[in-house]
Amino acid sequence: MATSVRATSDGSPPPSGAVPRPPGRRGTPASPSGWRSRLYRLDTKASPYAYIAPFFLCFAAFGLFPLIYTGWLSLNEVQLGGHAKWVGFHNYTSLWDNEFFWKALRNTFTLGVISTVPQLLMALGLAHLLNYQLRARGFFRVAVLAPYATSIAAASLVFVQLFNPDYGMINQLLGHLGIGHVQWASSKWPAQIAISTIVTWRWTGYNALIYLAAMQAVPADLYEAAALDGASRWRQFINVTIPSIRPTIFFTIIVSTIGATQLFGEPLIYGGGVGVTGGTDHQYQTLSLYMYDKGWQVGELGQASAVAWVMLLILLLIGAVQLLFIRSNRRKLGG
Amino acid sequence: MAQITEPVMSAGPRHSSTQQRRAPRLRAGGAGGQSKGGPLAYLFLIVATLVSLFPLYWTVVAASRTDTELVTPPTPLLPGSHLIDNLKIVWDQVDMTKALINSTIVAGCVALSTVLFSTLAGFAFAKLKFRGRNALLTIVVATMTIPPQLTVIPLYQIITNVGWVGHLQSVILPSLVAAFGVFFMRQFLSEALPIELIEAARVDGAHSLRIIWSVVFPVARPAMAVLGMLVFVQSWNDFFWPFIALSQQNPTVQVALAGVGSGNHQIDHAVVVCAALVATLPLLLVFAVLGRQIVSGITAGAVKS
Repeated sequence: MATSVRATSDGSPPPSGAVPRPPGRRGTPASPSGWRSRLYRLDTKASPYAYIAPFFLCFAAFGLFPLIYTGWLSLNEVQLGGHAKWVGFHNYTSLWDNEFFWKALRNTFTLGVISTVPQLLMALGLAHLLNYQLRARGFFRVAVLAPYATSIAAASLVFVQLFNPDYGMINQLLGHLGIGHVQWASSKWPAQIAISTIVTWRWTGYNALIYLAAMQAVPADLYEAAALDGASRWRQFINVTIPSIRPTIFFTIIVSTIGATQLFGEPLIYGGGVGVTGGTDHQYQTLSLYMYDKGWQVGELGQASAVAWVMLLILLLIGAVQLLFIRSNRRKLGG
Repeated sequence: MAQITEPVMSAGPRHSSTQQRRAPRLRAGGAGGQSKGGPLAYLFLIVATLVSLFPLYWTVVAASRTDTELVTPPTPLLPGSHLIDNLKIVWDQVDMTKALINSTIVAGCVALSTVLFSTLAGFAFAKLKFRGRNALLTIVVATMTIPPQLTVIPLYQIITNVGWVGHLQSVILPSLVAAFGVFFMRQFLSEALPIELIEAARVDGAHSLRIIWSVVFPVARPAMAVLGMLVFVQSWNDFFWPFIALSQQNPTVQVALAGVGSGNHQIDHAVVVCAALVATLPLLLVFAVLGRQIVSGITAGAVKS
């Protein structure tokens, strides 16, 4: 602003003999105030773009460009620190023929389902309970959120101990219940259940609070009307609460699906020394781990990029399915 | 629960007008949140609290025991006396001081810049009119769905080329601003900031930076604080990219933890859990002090999404 004001005073000859007016002072007559209003207009026009520019610059540099570049890399053979050699779709076809890729794909899917579905259902129930008027309500809310404060790494390290097949507390508890020695690491399903337990433990409280917020915004007269119709508590929950917070439920489903697709730290640390391959038999290697394995252990960045793009395609596919589902759901209810 | 309010509901319509007026209010509370929780609700919540807190408590237990005590059933349930010893071993194995400082620097920088840039962008999206606003906001939200896996390979090549592998700026720069933050501030400001305030400031001749400084920031301050805490927690716990970009020589806490957990052949489990405790404790302290604000922040951000 200051520079352009000075530019005018430079351009127009200063009135002879008169003391040069300090530029940019308030209440100056005609010519500067014309500039002022033009500047003002420029200011109001341009400032919004200036405010959002940091986000978009950052996204362009660290999001969009790498995303596209990954796509290009996936069509090349390229090692860490080496030059790229065009190979077309070879990386994708070799994935297609690789049994570990398919294993990783299946594991990502099963881990995703067993870590999000129970998590969101429990979060819904928990939110309902937290919505009551309770003593120590604030304490309960903070308590269920506490796992969110622990990191993936810390939580996984602790759960590894709890799930240890030989001396872990969980097998001891199950032993009291008459359930024999569960192999939480070496067999596929127990290992996947253990890993999804970590995910569920960390995120249930967080999602419960999000549901709680949505529940608190449900207008009270909806419940009044339902109660007048003689709806029970349970019916009110199913027919009033759930439909009213549906957008929030969809939001959390989408967010957790995205999170589940990228599962990396939990299986990596849960596996300890064999974490990168997701156990000795790849029994819980996710796509993310597989990508890391290809890129940073084997050193084939091209193939790792292909895995990354497969993940993108899967996410787009899931997103499209979810969108269709939401649409049809809305239409059904709207009709 | 149901039994307590049922009589009120069924009786409501037959009662006198004053009671009729009071009755719906009670009913409104019925399932809407104002009604008292019964014993079952408390039972379930106490179970949920125990499940949430027990692993944290047990972290303290295991961190103060010896390896032998941990691997001999029955697993100890009360804290032992080896916390200091284990802490010493943790500090011998990894430079935890450096890791804690690094994590503080990274999370601090990321939180500060995310809050600043998100407030600016959120304000623009909430209150300013400009061409392409809705389309651009849609893009902002859409970028939240891009997983980091799709960007790490080129980013790794870039930081290799400029020699930033193992340096903190490689972790800070890519997360200077987050779509989540922009969206969060937009949701807050579109409700909390009256347009009249901005117009009044304009009439007074305030230019846009002045409006940001003396109108937007004061109104946004509570949301900025909450966002700052959320971003700090997220950044402190961030794992995937730091694990790739940093090394054990100059790690964040999470990267150091991954090193403690694997690597060595002879793992002392008590020491590993002790390291996890060191990594978690700072955030748990923050939660203990500011838990309620964080809770209200999460719920406030969610209401309007």
